[in-house]
Amino acid sequence: MTDLPEQGHFALFALPVRFRLDEAALAAAWRTLQAQFHPDRAAHLSAVEQRRALQWATRINEAYNVLRDPLARAAHVLELNGVPLDLERNAAMPPEFLMQQMQWREALEEARTDAGALDALAREVAAAAQAQQDALARACDDQQDYAAAAQWLRRLHFTERLRAEIGRVRTAQDC
Amino acid sequence: MALLQIAEPDAAAAPHQHRWALGIDLGTTHSLVAVVRNGAPECLLDEDGHTLLPSIVRYADDGAVLIGRRAAGQTGAIASVKRLMGRGYADIPNLASNTLELVEGDGMVRLHTAQGVKTPVEVSARILGALAERARARLGEDFVGAVITVPAYFDDAQRQATKDAARRAGIHVLRLLNEPTAAALAYGLDRAAEGVFAIYDLGGGTFDLSILRLSRGLFEVIATHGDSALGGDDFDHRIYCWMLEQARINPPSPADIARMMRAARAAKEALTQDESTRIALTLDSGEAIDLTLSRATFFEMTTLLLEKTLANVLAALRDANLAANDIDGVVLVGGATRMPHVRRAVAEFFGKEPLVDLDPDQVVALGAARQANILAGNRDANEDWLLLDVIPLSLGVEMLGGLAEKIIPRNATLPIARAQEFTTARDGQTAMSIHVVQGEREMVADCRSLARFELRGIPPMVAGAARIRVTFQVDADGLLTVLAREESTGVAANITVQPSYGLTDTEIADMLRASLAHAADDRDARALAEARLEGEQLLAATASAIAADGD
Repeated sequence: MTDLPEQGHFALFALPVRFRLDEAALAAAWRTLQAQFHPDRAAHLSAVEQRRALQWATRINEAYNVLRDPLARAAHVLELNGVPLDLERNAAMPPEFLMQQMQWREALEEARTDAGALDALAREVAAAAQAQQDALARACDDQQDYAAAAQWLRRLHFTERLRAEIGRVRTAQDC
Repeated sequence: MALLQIAEPDAAAAPHQHRWALGIDLGTTHSLVAVVRNGAPECLLDEDGHTLLPSIVRYADDGAVLIGRRAAGQTGAIASVKRLMGRGYADIPNLASNTLELVEGDGMVRLHTAQGVKTPVEVSARILGALAERARARLGEDFVGAVITVPAYFDDAQRQATKDAARRAGIHVLRLLNEPTAAALAYGLDRAAEGVFAIYDLGGGTFDLSILRLSRGLFEVIATHGDSALGGDDFDHRIYCWMLEQARINPPSPADIARMMRAARAAKEALTQDESTRIALTLDSGEAIDLTLSRATFFEMTTLLLEKTLANVLAALRDANLAANDIDGVVLVGGATRMPHVRRAVAEFFGKEPLVDLDPDQVVALGAARQANILAGNRDANEDWLLLDVIPLSLGVEMLGGLAEKIIPRNATLPIARAQEFTTARDGQTAMSIHVVQGEREMVADCRSLARFELRGIPPMVAGAARIRVTFQVDADGLLTVLAREESTGVAANITVQPSYGLTDTEIADMLRASLAHAADDRDARALAEARLEGEQLLAATASAIAADGD
């Protein structure tokens, strides 16, 4: 896709580069772009036009998927501001955060056969994730402290992984 | 930098001035064709006034090929060939009622006929050809192409086979369209509807549930879920089993089984109108069956089947992050939704009466015709809309240790591309095999195998130094293209593709159910495989370090 301009995902939707997002504006911009560039619009045109439409629509969906996912969007904002996340190499976490993670993991093991306990844990972890997102937004958008934002994002990664795990346990309980 | 393309997209047909475009519903039991004429979709009739073409082909001894009603009920007639599309011999269930003579061998399954061995693609091409002929006769001129519908749950191999059949019939495929999505188009455009809609599609052999958001001319599929081995036929089979129990007959012959299955189907259809129905027939064995089946008994014996469909509805709602009362309208598609208790169960589940005013047999073809009309470039002021569909099953690749690494998640909006970087596991490795799979489970062995690619000519480097970027592109038809390049050196990598036909309908359905049921097993299996892999890498690194600095 070398003929596509190399612009940030935000530019494609004419949105400001920041973590806090106007989701409705993003969805509306995405729809407008797809309405223009989707392959269905080019199905009656030449093979070259069809290929261009495929590439554009793919590019638009890719950008949309990054921006509507808070973790991917945060990483993108940090990258555009020169702070790549580099999850593998920056795994250091404060001890109290790791302790909290261990406690949650233990609680999850105990809640495997207890739907009520699982719900309580899910609420607690969801609240923690929201608090981390808020802190990330403040560091990123209000203070432009991208190193601090990266720290919050790494924590958020841990917390979201736990939430996904809780979701899987809940699905298994439902079956 | 080498850029290798495995599948070339179709060359487009030259632009035309006047553009007829067909919507074709290529069904398991029957097929039909529709067009948009004067702004409204309509199904085209054959010379006898029939809309439905039975999906039956017979290759006669004298070289004639009979299609539809003329082929039905005769020896050597091939029915339900859709079930064989994109499947290998080993994938086809050994059905007692299956009268097809299959040829053993690799690749897609083939059939013995009086005119030699045929593939399911060739047989389907005959059906498509008959519909194309019907369209030319009715329209009085040629058409530019067609939109052909497929079950939302069709995987890459089944979609590819459908497209090949159309190509063989000389039909330019404008798009492959998911059947429930086609039904949503037919309804949404008829009513200028807005909101979130659920499409409950219970066909002869498959069940699909799709959730779409309709807003200002945009049809956005949010989630799709289904069971490609659950349909109206299973309801017939429940009646057949009941007949066996009640009549206390000896194990019936294949011919008697077929007779009883026909009686079961007739009873099911009668119960759509009547409170009870009599099933009376005499078997070849001389035994007589004379039973009365009430609606209540029939409903009771098929409750489990209904519950299976509703479990899929729940799963789709969960994927879409919605509750049943978020759904603004429910559309019923497929002949099996004529059963009163299916309608009642769906109405109760969603808390609203389903929409049934379009003929469930025709609605898919009508929607496909509207899509075809747009794709052919016949866009006018009141036809300005766009459809955004999703990929039904996740795409992934096999990693060391037999793990399936998901690259494109299910329900991602199409078209979509994802790149993944691969590297070598051993020093001096010059070739790499990439195995593409489709399914939701964590282990490759539990997913459907789509294709294997060989990357060759990787320059020898230490383990982990080569950077091979593989891009997976899924187009608007839901078909996969793979591009690969070695980034660190720009050395060309050669790729060979071996499409694999792996799974049965049941297995595809089971994959999703199992991915839910085995979440814990999968996690353990994944942890074990990862630990094993880590151990092996540590060993290899140690060995290589000892070799370098051994003394």
